[in-house]
Amino acid sequence: MMQIRPILAALRHHKAGTLLIALQIALTLAIVCNALFIIHQRLTHLSQPTGIDEDSLLIVQNQWAGRPAPAEVPSLLAADLDTLRKIPGVTNAYPSNTFPLSNGGIAYGIGHSPDKLKFTSDTAIYFTDENTLPTLGLKLVAGRNFRADEIGEAAGLDKIAPAVIIITHELADRLFPDGSAVGKMAYISNQPSIIIGVVERLQTPYVDSAMAQWSACSTLVPFRHLVDSTAYVVRVQPGQMADVASHVRAALYAANRMRVISAKDGVQTFAQVRATAYASDRGMAILMGAISVVLLAITAAGIVGLTSFWVGQRRKQIGVRRALGATQHDILSYFLTENLLIGFAGVVIGGVLALGLNLWLMNQFEVERLEPGYVIAGVIALLLLGQGAVLAPALRASHVPPVEATRSV
Amino acid sequence: MFAYYLQLGIRSLKRNPMLTTLMVMAIGFGVAASMITYSVFRAVSGNPIPDKSSQLFVPQIDSWGPQQNEMGEPPGAFSYIDAMAVIKAHQATRQTLLYPVMLSALPHDANSIPVSVNGYAVTGDFFPMFEVPFQYGNGWSASDDDNRAPDVVLTAEFNQRMFGGANTVGREITLSGHDYRIVGVAKHWDPSPRFYAVWSDSAFQDPPDFYVLLNRALDLKTDSSGRNSCRGNLTFAGWDQWLQSNCVWLMPWVELDTSSDVARYRRFLEGYAADQQHVGRFAWPANVRLRDVMAWLDQMKVVPPESRISMVVASCFFLICLVNTIGLLLAKFMRRAGEIGVRRALGATRHEIYAQYLVEAAAVGLAGGGLGLLLTAVGMSGVGLLFDADIAKLAHLDFSLVGLTLIVAIFATVAAAFYPAWRAAQVQPAWQLKSN
Repeated sequence: MMQIRPILAALRHHKAGTLLIALQIALTLAIVCNALFIIHQRLTHLSQPTGIDEDSLLIVQNQWAGRPAPAEVPSLLAADLDTLRKIPGVTNAYPSNTFPLSNGGIAYGIGHSPDKLKFTSDTAIYFTDENTLPTLGLKLVAGRNFRADEIGEAAGLDKIAPAVIIITHELADRLFPDGSAVGKMAYISNQPSIIIGVVERLQTPYVDSAMAQWSACSTLVPFRHLVDSTAYVVRVQPGQMADVASHVRAALYAANRMRVISAKDGVQTFAQVRATAYASDRGMAILMGAISVVLLAITAAGIVGLTSFWVGQRRKQIGVRRALGATQHDILSYFLTENLLIGFAGVVIGGVLALGLNLWLMNQFEVERLEPGYVIAGVIALLLLGQGAVLAPALRASHVPPVEATRSV
Repeated sequence: MFAYYLQLGIRSLKRNPMLTTLMVMAIGFGVAASMITYSVFRAVSGNPIPDKSSQLFVPQIDSWGPQQNEMGEPPGAFSYIDAMAVIKAHQATRQTLLYPVMLSALPHDANSIPVSVNGYAVTGDFFPMFEVPFQYGNGWSASDDDNRAPDVVLTAEFNQRMFGGANTVGREITLSGHDYRIVGVAKHWDPSPRFYAVWSDSAFQDPPDFYVLLNRALDLKTDSSGRNSCRGNLTFAGWDQWLQSNCVWLMPWVELDTSSDVARYRRFLEGYAADQQHVGRFAWPANVRLRDVMAWLDQMKVVPPESRISMVVASCFFLICLVNTIGLLLAKFMRRAGEIGVRRALGATRHEIYAQYLVEAAAVGLAGGGLGLLLTAVGMSGVGLLFDADIAKLAHLDFSLVGLTLIVAIFATVAAAFYPAWRAAQVQPAWQLKSN
């Protein structure tokens, strides 16, 4: 470290090169910090638990052909559920309007009064029956499940005013922070519904960040939805998923041909549902990861290139220093220290740039404030990268023989 | 001279293969990342109907009021009551209402199974105002609208699937158990983003199969397969009460040719909303909007944030690659200070040295562009990994993108070479010759 002064003096003769390396380190730090932070954000988003037994679930999306009247739908649903339950490997099933991560469904305001201007929270509405809890594998933390005789019917444009509902723990906390939701009343319509049960967790169908505020606020209503389109949520025994998935379409068509189950996404395992729902999050993480890796590689290569050039340019001076008694170690540490100095300048500017870029991203997009840990990690990574990159040319420099001093060119 | 410089440049590039490879790779990766993300951005942010986008407008009326609207913004669609009132007023050159419907159809061979088909319920003006091209037949007239005729226009793709592409005008088709008369078959027409339905549907989903006559769809109580957004307590039960509710689901469009027409139409909307206040239906002053296509796409945030962020990050990445290239070119050029000294001593002017090194840089740029093109092509096949499937399928490598890749690569590299080449041209011949 005693060499800092001569190093600074020497750098003054390489202003452009010094500046370029520092600038490159600064920009790389700014981009990599933000990219890593975006990756972190996206991974957090896509690894949110739905609260259901994803591995055992299969989703079948059915549309009735020929528009059956609402009165005909219950018997059609009952027949289908019967067919589904008879498929070997299927343990349970229920029909619903939607399912977690489907990105479509019904959302209402829920609150303590029928006045909708004063609702407590948004909530997703799931049409369910007494088989929903065991099918999804939901954990009841208070109260009880629906009974079969509580399951009502609602046509497409009917109002949804259930006498009893089951809500998620998160929603119960928002409505009744003292933890006594069971037995209380809440309003999703202009009539009160009694909360009979609370489940630990059930994510809404929506993954959009605009609805992230209430992503754990779901309400189960005991209704059959008498409309054209139904999603059957099917629980499958471990190890039978592939079998059931390949047979279920044919089995339903064999029972009734007047239906549409899309060949593309009519039958999906929940793993497929999840992959589709979070495709853009995963894509962003991959893209940011790839850019970060290539960027670090290019910055390292750039440092190697420029330092090699400097070493080549200074062979004679190195020879002179060696002839005057500098050890190989002195030469090595000279180049390492030089790089460290430039690196420090770079990361200081880069840290500021990283925060600036983050502020801009926060302004323009839904990006959160950069956590300082990412900047610190980025600073350490780039300084180490610089030292690693400079090592090879510096070693070469340290092997310049003292006799070089006497050679011209 | 150019050819000679190029020759010199290539020879010099061959002398330091490592350094050259490094530069070419930096340019190649940088330009490829920028181009891949740009191709996606270009696809999602384009003008879907360039020749008419400034004449087509979405009227909005605040039917929910300041307490329930979207932070001061009126809802993005009409309730049935407002839709019918505004369309019947006929205040624009052309006007349409539309909403998405999902029906089922049975293909004509005996053992086929029903298929799900998606389309829009629209009024007759839809076809001329959006310039829908026709293969056979035509759209329908205003009198058909008034007569609530069971008319349908099929898309060419759906007509191909159902009828093998025959001229089906005048034939009947059964959709979800009801018969419709085919009056036209539209040629392939799928503006992207699908500006006319972005409030309800994803802007980039699969093209529709048909367009049915709106009044007929309403008579058959076909509800929207898209968004239906309501406020307050939902006290309606059944179709008729739903139509009278505050639920918004009908997407209106009007065609206005001149700016005075636009101003007049805005006054009409304000007048309508004020009238609603007077009769007591709205308890708030008029709050209306009238946006053209591009303003509407912007308002609906059609460009996914992912696309913008990734383009910003990729551009920054390219910038760093260029900084890297400046450094490497500097190293490369200055290493040849002796050679430059000799050339200058033999009579080459600064200007000629400058030109020579810029040409050398252009050669690097061209090679980088070539690599970038290759990487872009490879990246295009991987776009599906990075973006939503509906969006990824829109990105493609066309002639303009190929040209852009090469031009950006060359120009950026030459720009990066300005400083290093200037430094090279500043070499003092006497100094170099002396040290030799």
